[in-house]
Amino acid sequence: MMNENKIPSVDAKKFVFVQKDRHIQDEKLQTKPVGYLGDAWQRFRTNRSAVVAFTLIMILLLFALIVPFVSNYSVSFRDGLYKMVLPKNNTIAPLGFWDGCARQQQSEAGYLYLNAIGHETGDEVIVKVYDSFVDSTGAKFYNVKVDTYNLVGFFYANLSEGEYQALMDYQDETGIQVIYPLSATHTGHYVRGNDGANFWYKLADESQGTAGAPVLDENGDYIANYLSSDDEHRGGYRSLRIEGDGQDGVWYTYAQKNQTGYKVRVEYSKYFYYLNGFVPSFLFGTNVYGQDIFTCLAIGARFSLLLAIAVATINFILGVIYGSIEGYYGGVTDLIMERISDILYDVPFMVVATLFQLHLASKVGPVISLLFAFILTGWVGTAARVRTQFYRFKGHEYVLAARTLGASDRRLIFKHIFPNSLGTIITGAVMTIPGVIFSESMLSYLNIINLDASPTLTSIGTMLAGGRSYLSTYPHIIFFPAIFISILEISFNLFGNGLRDAFNPSLRGADN
Amino acid sequence: MTKYVIKRILLMFLTLFVITVMCFVLIKLLPLPAVREMGRDVNLVLAKREKMGYNRPIMVQFFLYIKNILTEWDWGVGEQMYEGLGIWDVMMQKLPYTVVVNFYSIIVSIPLGLGLGVYAALKKNKWQDALISTLVMVFISVPSYVYAFLVQYIFCFKLGWFPLQLASESQAGSLFTWKMFTSMVPAIMSLSFGVIAGFTRYTRAELSEVLTGDYMLLARTKGLTKAQAISRHAMRNAMVVILPMIFGEFIGIMGGSLIIENIFGIPGIGNLYISSINVRDYNFFMALNIFYTLIGLVSGIVVDISYGFIDPRIRMGSKK
Repeated sequence: MMNENKIPSVDAKKFVFVQKDRHIQDEKLQTKPVGYLGDAWQRFRTNRSAVVAFTLIMILLLFALIVPFVSNYSVSFRDGLYKMVLPKNNTIAPLGFWDGCARQQQSEAGYLYLNAIGHETGDEVIVKVYDSFVDSTGAKFYNVKVDTYNLVGFFYANLSEGEYQALMDYQDETGIQVIYPLSATHTGHYVRGNDGANFWYKLADESQGTAGAPVLDENGDYIANYLSSDDEHRGGYRSLRIEGDGQDGVWYTYAQKNQTGYKVRVEYSKYFYYLNGFVPSFLFGTNVYGQDIFTCLAIGARFSLLLAIAVATINFILGVIYGSIEGYYGGVTDLIMERISDILYDVPFMVVATLFQLHLASKVGPVISLLFAFILTGWVGTAARVRTQFYRFKGHEYVLAARTLGASDRRLIFKHIFPNSLGTIITGAVMTIPGVIFSESMLSYLNIINLDASPTLTSIGTMLAGGRSYLSTYPHIIFFPAIFISILEISFNLFGNGLRDAFNPSLRGADN
Repeated sequence: MTKYVIKRILLMFLTLFVITVMCFVLIKLLPLPAVREMGRDVNLVLAKREKMGYNRPIMVQFFLYIKNILTEWDWGVGEQMYEGLGIWDVMMQKLPYTVVVNFYSIIVSIPLGLGLGVYAALKKNKWQDALISTLVMVFISVPSYVYAFLVQYIFCFKLGWFPLQLASESQAGSLFTWKMFTSMVPAIMSLSFGVIAGFTRYTRAELSEVLTGDYMLLARTKGLTKAQAISRHAMRNAMVVILPMIFGEFIGIMGGSLIIENIFGIPGIGNLYISSINVRDYNFFMALNIFYTLIGLVSGIVVDISYGFIDPRIRMGSKK
């Protein structure tokens, strides 16, 4: 009833015959024919999760390709002082997050120590004090937000004559104070700071191995304790001076001459800027060696992806050739070849990978031997798929027809049978990629492949292994590689499923 | 069926033999590390090496190796670690840890995996199914060590519910005390996520295919309730595929997971394998290679054969 109401009554005279006297059987089709790949593409396009996954893969791929070129850092960059600093983005940092800061609980002495660094340089270590409390023993504690970049503070640099002069010129030119007066505080016992370079003030007890509580004056200020003399240019210093210097003819000492050059006390973040030309900031923080995680991740991803794609391609080619021969000829050839591939299939991958590492790593390097290990057994899966497809198609009439017309074996294989099974095989090849990436990360995590010998290479597994011991204290070292590899695996699996659905709609949703 | 089983087992031994030969030869081609001077077992190790014929041709060594195993069940002694101890004894001492942890994980995973799979299949194309399928996709893809880190960080470190590492036997008393169990929980959890997701995916796929079968319609037409039809007809048919998978997993628990054992400090077979590689103890390495190969082969066979035992149709097919 409803439907009848919806159809408006049309006058019978308005109907016209479309093709009363025309014969259309010899005319060309008006629409373009949709080919096999075009058809698959149309289906793939409508699969939203697969498209998202593909986009993600492309983004990660671009990340891996571009970052090493634009990044300020490289894998071989290892900063001895900026170890395990937290992620920081200079653009976003003023907003109060992604700023390389961490919430810490500090004792009174620790609080004063950190505060003193900021006090001397103006680069505050303690960004914010949340609250403070007194525990049962009467000791005072602070909950503070600490800038892990400024935490380093000072260190004693040994500069050659040329470096020293250049640094002073730089100071004069820019007006940035890098060199600070040497400290007179005895530093032998203190655990904190880089050789005690941060103790510029008077300490309550210099001889004890304590955290170094300072002596404060009546206003609660630190009492400066610099080396000083009446010689204004002691140590050849001729550049900027800090506030309060030169009173009553007493001059602070900025440098000491030693056998190799000059010992100076420099503020590390400024000195870093002077050396490298950019403000120190690590988007994903640094690891235990002081490497930039962001760059390492890109290199690791590049390595993983390159390896996976190489393995997938080579296995694809080998598998197709092997499987075609098996499937096409059948009989005894098939039987023998099947036995060989069966045995190879049953060798555990760990065994192959380890044996290849033990045998070849010293000769051709760990990467190539890993590639060999993946290839030795990896093609078996593709070969099996190709073989099945050949058995499926080779009995078809169109193959018989082509054979009757005199097509050669090779032509039959590669022109007639193979294209029909292409979709399934490509899907299979793509599906091996996440497996390769996982195996590679596992092997490098377990240190079975050891990439330490090559300074410009790292892998996600190596990065994870390096962060293992710091999981509770510096989780960011593991967090970023773990997230990265998870996204990569999920994307590749979704993409593979999408490909399978596109090439073979009858299997849609079979196991997702 | 019997003929098929015998054939499969013979083929298995052939494969095992070929792989063993390849492994043995490749290991013997590597430079032999010197016996460590430390410890009082140097002479024992040297005597063992003499017995294994270490400076005779490789094929003679292989023959002696197999002969020692078959006649005396002698797998050699540890040379770089567990010096002087029998390989087999050490392996048997490590195996319980691996088996127990993985057994718990499977025991947890089977009901959860099957339950979620059945639920998703029954709610096919509804939001519950979409949710479960998405989660399954994520949990299958994310590598197991990522769960291990997450579990360790959240449950062991932040919440402090479990210890970071497995308790040692001296701390916990034995392998089956409550203390030991709680220290195993993080490892069990990390292992289970992936396995549960795998079971769920498999069950859902099988069951949703079975549910569309004509005999399900017939069962309902006969007057069975939906629950009856599912439990008596659909589940039984789906189980034909799911049960062999479960059997396969059970064999696989002996192998364990290298990386999870490493992260949680489980003194199991996997850790033994990694240490044997790191210190280059080739006697352990060889024995464990055979062990892992055998596990893979046996689980493959168990899966194939159990198909035949569970489903009479397949059994009949194989007689042809």
